[in-house]
Amino acid sequence: MSDVRHPGLNLGTTDSPVHDAAEETVFGFWVLMMSDLALFAVLFATYAAMSVHGIAGGPAPVEIFDLKSTLWQTLALLASSFTFGMAALALKYDDDRRALSLWLGATFVLGALFLGLEARDWARMVTEHGATPQVSGFLSIFYLLTGTHFVHVAAGLLWMLVMAAQLAIFGLDGAVKLRLMRLAIYWHLLDVVWVAIFSFVFLSGLAP
Amino acid sequence: MTPDRILPTCLLFFAVGAPAAAQEQGFLWAAGPVAEAQRAHFVSILWWMAVVTVPLLIGLPLILWRYRLNGGGGRYRRDWGASPLAEVAIWSVPVVVVGFLAWNLWHATLSLDPYRPLGPDPLEVQAIAAEGHFLFLYPDEGIVTVDRLLLDADRTARLKLTSVDVLRSVMVPRLAGQIYAMPGMTTELNLAAFAPGTYAGLNTQYSGPLFPEERFETEALPETNWHARIEATRDGAGPLPPDVLQRIAMGDGAEAYLAADADLFARIAAPSSHGAHR
Amino acid sequence: MIGLFLGTLRWDDVTFVEFWRTPDLNNAIAAAAAGLLVLGVVATLILLTVRGWWRPLWRDWLTSLDHKKIGIMYVALALVMFARAVAEANVMRAHQATAALDAGLVAPDHFAELFSTHGTIMIFLVAMPLLTGIMNFVMPLQIGARDVSFPLLNAISLMLTAAAAGLVMVSLVLGHFSTGGWSGYPPYTGADISPGEGPDYWIWALTLSSIGSTLTGMNFAVTLYKRRVQGMHLFRMPLFCWTVLCTSILMIFAMAPLTLATLMLWLDRHAGFHFFTVGSGGDMMNFANLFWLFGHPEVYILILPAFGVWSEVFSTFSGKRLFGYLSLVYATMAIAVLSFTVWLHHFFTMGQSANVNAAFGIATMLIGVPTGVKVYDWLLTMMFGRVRLRVPMLFANYFLVTFLLGGVTGVLLANPTVDYGVHNSLFLVAHFHNMLIPGTLFAMLAAIHLWFPKAFGFRLHEGWGRAVFWLMAPGFLLAFMPLYAMGMMGGMRRTAYFSDPLFRPWLWAAEAGAVLILAGFAALVVQIVVSVRRRDALAVPAGDPWDGRSLEWLGPAPAFEFNFAGEPKVEDVDAFTALKAQGEAYRRQETYEDIEMPRNSAVPVVIGALAGLAAFAMVWQAWATAALAFAGVWAVVIGRSFVRDTERTIPAAEVEAAHRAWLADVAAATPVHRRDELTPENRGLAEEPL
Repeated sequence: MSDVRHPGLNLGTTDSPVHDAAEETVFGFWVLMMSDLALFAVLFATYAAMSVHGIAGGPAPVEIFDLKSTLWQTLALLASSFTFGMAALALKYDDDRRALSLWLGATFVLGALFLGLEARDWARMVTEHGATPQVSGFLSIFYLLTGTHFVHVAAGLLWMLVMAAQLAIFGLDGAVKLRLMRLAIYWHLLDVVWVAIFSFVFLSGLAP
Repeated sequence: MTPDRILPTCLLFFAVGAPAAAQEQGFLWAAGPVAEAQRAHFVSILWWMAVVTVPLLIGLPLILWRYRLNGGGGRYRRDWGASPLAEVAIWSVPVVVVGFLAWNLWHATLSLDPYRPLGPDPLEVQAIAAEGHFLFLYPDEGIVTVDRLLLDADRTARLKLTSVDVLRSVMVPRLAGQIYAMPGMTTELNLAAFAPGTYAGLNTQYSGPLFPEERFETEALPETNWHARIEATRDGAGPLPPDVLQRIAMGDGAEAYLAADADLFARIAAPSSHGAHR
Repeated sequence: MIGLFLGTLRWDDVTFVEFWRTPDLNNAIAAAAAGLLVLGVVATLILLTVRGWWRPLWRDWLTSLDHKKIGIMYVALALVMFARAVAEANVMRAHQATAALDAGLVAPDHFAELFSTHGTIMIFLVAMPLLTGIMNFVMPLQIGARDVSFPLLNAISLMLTAAAAGLVMVSLVLGHFSTGGWSGYPPYTGADISPGEGPDYWIWALTLSSIGSTLTGMNFAVTLYKRRVQGMHLFRMPLFCWTVLCTSILMIFAMAPLTLATLMLWLDRHAGFHFFTVGSGGDMMNFANLFWLFGHPEVYILILPAFGVWSEVFSTFSGKRLFGYLSLVYATMAIAVLSFTVWLHHFFTMGQSANVNAAFGIATMLIGVPTGVKVYDWLLTMMFGRVRLRVPMLFANYFLVTFLLGGVTGVLLANPTVDYGVHNSLFLVAHFHNMLIPGTLFAMLAAIHLWFPKAFGFRLHEGWGRAVFWLMAPGFLLAFMPLYAMGMMGGMRRTAYFSDPLFRPWLWAAEAGAVLILAGFAALVVQIVVSVRRRDALAVPAGDPWDGRSLEWLGPAPAFEFNFAGEPKVEDVDAFTALKAQGEAYRRQETYEDIEMPRNSAVPVVIGALAGLAAFAMVWQAWATAALAFAGVWAVVIGRSFVRDTERTIPAAEVEAAHRAWLADVAAATPVHRRDELTPENRGLAEEPL
C-alpha cells in the first residue's frame, strides 16, 4: 500500500512502514477532525443567527472588533502553518531531529503569539467596551466560537510540548512520526477554521 | 360515529377495544373547520397508507404458513435474492403513495396554516399563558378573562400567544391545532367553531408541577349571547391590578377584569422582560 | 476551601436524609429506589469478594481491549439500566392510574424526575449501549477482522458510557435529576426556573455518553473502511455491517450539536451567558434546533442497527439469502442521509412559516419510501425459504406487523396538519415507543438470542425465550395502544394526573402492559440463569448453531480471542454459507502465524472514573475537584502516549493448538437438521445443504 489514500504527509518513498501504518491511524484522525469540524459548523451557524438577532442593545460587531489586531493574529497563525510545513519536510526527508525541533519550536512560538494577541484583544473588548459574554447573545456566541478555537490552539501547543518530550526520549521512531503527522493535520485544520472565523466573523462583521 | 371515525378508531384502538365514542375530546370529534380538516386529512392518510400496509398484512401470514420449515408446501429456493420485477414494485409503490401524500401534505399544510385567518374580521384575543393559568385579553372589548376563552360562535378568532416564563403550547383540540406560546415572543393561532358549545383547551407542553392544571374552557356563544356576556363581564369586573399574575398564582384572582392596562400583553411578550422568576 | 472540593453538596441532598426529615410516600419511594441501588452495589461488592472474582473481573473484563468483551460489557450495562428505567415506567403508570383517585404515589416534581430519567436512560444508557454492544461484538467478526481499528479508544468509549450511567445512578441517592424531560428545553431548564443540580446531572450525563458515542462512531467507521478482510468488498458486507457504517457516520456528525447545546445551556445556567435565555439576545428556539439536529439523526442511530439485525434474522431463520441486498443497502444509505434533513418536524408548532413546515414534512415522509422497501424486502426474504419461528424470528415477525402501525402513525405525524393536533400528546409517545420497542429493543433482544452462543458457547434456553416474547409482545400492545387512543382524545405526555375519569381504564391497561414488559425482563433474567445452569446441554462448541451465513459463525463458540486463525476467504455476501458449500469451512490450515493483539490496559477504567468524577463535581459546582479530575483525564492520556509496549504476541503454536481443538470439536459433532436445532444434538454443526 504505497499509494496515498489519505490526504496528509506522504511517507511512501521515505518510510513506507510508517506510511502503511498511517493508512488507518491518520484516516481515523481525519474522521475525528470531521467530527470536530461539525462542532465548529454548528458554532458558525449559531453565530450567524445570533450576531444579527442577539445584539440586544449591547455592543455590535462594528464597535468592538479591531481588524488590525485580528490581522496580526491571522498572520501569526498562517506563519505557524508554514513553519509546521517546514517541520513536516524535515520529518519526511531528513532524519534531522534538530531541524524538526527548530521548526516545531518556531511553530510553538507563533502559536503562543497568536494566543497572546487574541487574549489581549478580548481584554481590550472587555475593558474598553464592557463587552463580556454576559452582555448579549451575540457576545456569548462570539466568545464561545473564538474561545473554542482558542482552546484548540492551546491544546495544540500542549501537544507540541508532549511531542518535544517524545522526540527527546524516543527519537524519531514510527510512533512519534505518526503522532507528528496527526498534529500537523490538527494544526493546519485549526488554521483553516481560523481563516473561516477571520472572514466570517471579523471581516463580514466589519463590512459596511 | 360516522364511518370515517370508525376506521381510525378501530385501527388504533384494537388492542383495548373499549368504546371511545363517549370520550369526545380531541380532533377526531371536530367541532370547528380546522379540526374537521385535520380529521379528514388524518383519515385520508390512513386510506392511502393501506395501499402499503394491507398487502403486507395479507402476505405475511400466507408466507409464514406456506414456507414454514415443518411441512410448508412452498418451493425452497435458497439463493433467491433478487427479482427485478419485485424490486421495481416495492420501490415504485411507496414512491407513488408518498408522492401523492406529499402533494396532499403540501396543500393541507399551506391551507391549514395556523397563522392563516379563517374569515374576515376575526375576534382579536391575546392569550398569556402563566403558571397554572391562562389570561385572555380582549383589546377591542376592554376585558380580561381568566382560564376562560369567550368566543363568538359566528365569528372566527385570532389568538396572539405569549407565555410568562417557560415554553408552553396552546390548543383547543376540538377546534384547531396548537402553537407554542413562548416568553418574550408572540405567536399566533386562528380558531373557529362550527356551533356554540364548550370546548376544553389546554397547555400541551410540560411547564412544571402545575402543568396538569393548565387548562381553560372555551365557550363559543351565539352572537347575541356573546355580546350580552361581554357586557355582563364588564359590569361585574374590577380593574386589572398591576400584579395580576402574582395574585392569580396566589389563588387570589378574580374570574375577569377590566383591561385598563392595554399594554399588558405587549410588555410580557417583549423580549426585554425577563419573565417572572419563580 | 471545602466548598471548592464538595461544592454545593450537603447532607440534606442525600435521599435518605430527605426521607428522614419528611417521611411521606413520595420520599419513601425515592428512598426505596436509592436503597435498592445501594443494596445492589453492596451485594455485588460482597459477591465479588466472597467468590474471589475481583481479579478475573479486572484482568479478563475491565482492562480487556477485546471488542467482544467490550461488547458484552455494553450489553450488561444496558440491561442493568433497563431494569431501572422500566421500573420507573411502572411507577409512572401506577401513579397516573391511581392519581385520579387520590394524590397518587409521587409528588409532581418526582413524577417529572421519573419521566426525565426514564427517557434519558432509555435513549442514552439502554438503547445506545445495547446497540453499541451488539455492533462491537458482531461487526469485526462479520468483516473478518481481529479487532476494531482503535481498541483502546473502544474501551474508553465504554467507560465514558459507564461513567454517564454511574452519574445518573448517583442522582438517585444524591440530590435530584432534571425535571425537564429527556430533551431538556430551556427556559424551563434555565437557572431561573430550575436552579438546582437536576439539569446539570442531565447535561453532564449526556455529555459523557455523547463523547463516548462520537468516539465509537469514528472507531467503527474506520474499522469498516480499513479492516475488512481480503475479498470483503463493501458490497459483500453483511447488511448488519452496512447499518453499522451508516449509524457510525451519523454518530460522528450528530453528537456535536448535542454536546454544544448542553454546553451552551450550562454556560447560561452557571456563567450568565445568553444563548437560550429570555431577553438579552438569547433564543430558546435555537436550543430546539440544535437539540433535534442531534435528536433526529439519533432516532436513526437507534433504528438502523436494528434494521441490520432484522436482516440477519430473517435471512438466517429462513435458511435463505437476503432478498434485495442492494435495495436494502441503498435504502439504509437513503435513510441515513435523509435523517439530517428532517429535524424541524419535532417542532412544527413553533410558529415558522407553512412553507418551511411543508418542506420538512415532505422530507420526513420521504423516509417512508426506503423504510417501506425494507419491510417488503424482509417479507420476500421469507418467501421461498424454510421459515423457523425461533425466538429471534418471533420478535422479527411481530416487529413487521407492529412496525407497520408505527410507520403509519409516523407518516401521520410527518403531516404538520395532523401534528398540530397530536404534538406533545400521548399519541406521539405511543408512536416513538412503537418504533423503539418493537424496533430497537426487540431487535436487540433478537440479537442477544442470535449471537449469545457465539459469545458464551451455549444457546439461550428457547422455552424461557418464548416466555420473554409472550410477555413483552402483548405487554407492548397493552401499554401503548391505549396511549394512541388517549393522545387522540387530548391526553398529553408528561401529565402527572388526568382529571378526566374516562382515561382511567386506559391508564390501567397501560399499567398492565408496563407490568408485562417488566415481567418479560424478569423472564429474560431467569432465562439467562437457566441457560447458564444447563450450558452443557445447550453447548455449541462447533460454533454454528443456526446454520449461519456470515463470517462470525466461522470458528468456535465462544470465539477465539483472536477471532480467526487465518484470513477467511470471502467470495460472496453470505461468505460462510459459501465456505460451507465448498466444503472449506472446517479445513485445517497449512501454516499458522503469530498474531499481535493489544495488551490489556487500565487506562480506560481510570479515564472513565476520572471523567465521571469530573462530571459529578461539575454537577455539584465543586470546581476544584472538577478541575483536578479533568486535568487527571488528560494526564492519563498523555502518560499513556509514552507507553510503547502496547501489543502482545500470541505465538503461532498457540493459534494452531486452539484451531485444532476447535476442529476436533467439529469432528466430534453430528451435523443437525434445522428441525432438530433446539435439541441437545445441536453442537453447532449444521447439516450439509440438500
